[in-house]
Amino acid sequence: MPVQILYFASVREAVGLGAESIDLPDHVHTLADLAHWLRQKSPGHAHAFADISRLCTARDQTMADFDAAIGDAREIAFFPPVTGG
Amino acid sequence: MKRILVQAAPFDPGAELSALEALDVGAVASFTGLVRADDGVSALTLEHYPGMTEKALAQIVEAAWTRWSLAGVVIIHRVGTLAYGERIVFVGTASAHRHDALDSCAFLIDRLKTDAPFWKREQVGAAQRWVAARDSDDQAAARWQAEPKGG
Repeated sequence: MPVQILYFASVREAVGLGAESIDLPDHVHTLADLAHWLRQKSPGHAHAFADISRLCTARDQTMADFDAAIGDAREIAFFPPVTGG
Repeated sequence: MKRILVQAAPFDPGAELSALEALDVGAVASFTGLVRADDGVSALTLEHYPGMTEKALAQIVEAAWTRWSLAGVVIIHRVGTLAYGERIVFVGTASAHRHDALDSCAFLIDRLKTDAPFWKREQVGAAQRWVAARDSDDQAAARWQAEPKGG
């Protein structure tokens, strides 16, 4: 089953896409694995995911740590630290 | 009453305060956030994560509802492009006790700033830039973890 990947704010601008549907390779287990694997998709992805310590991630619309397993998530989002309010 | 709105349209704090007062419990507190003119900022554009935003705000409201004795909570957050001086966010609470109303209101805006997926982009002249997150916001949200009643 493909996973829906969403990008917001500066990550969306760097990648050049708001969303894409991806079949995950077998070796991608954690959110950090996914972020690292996404780097090879395009120069924009490489730029967006160059330093994941500056990014946040959510698994099925709940904030998650990069070392969390993807498991059976259907939607994964990557974005910079939030700045609302 | 729990009222959570994410909208492009302006809102009327007076109407929201009246609705909280109509709960007839004795104390109403509120916070209104406005677009500041820092360093020549003329406008802000707010992006959000539809679906997760509402979920995150509902979780923050539930946390406040559990922690304090409340009769009403209102959170309204605008998205889209807002000019200098426009209202961005409103948080209002109603309780029988002033400390519950005031503390929960501060909790809600502090946690909103770190937990709800909104992003601000500033317009300065012809240039646009994403607003960087502030450590002081993380510290403000973290202080609510330290309270003895907190979870």
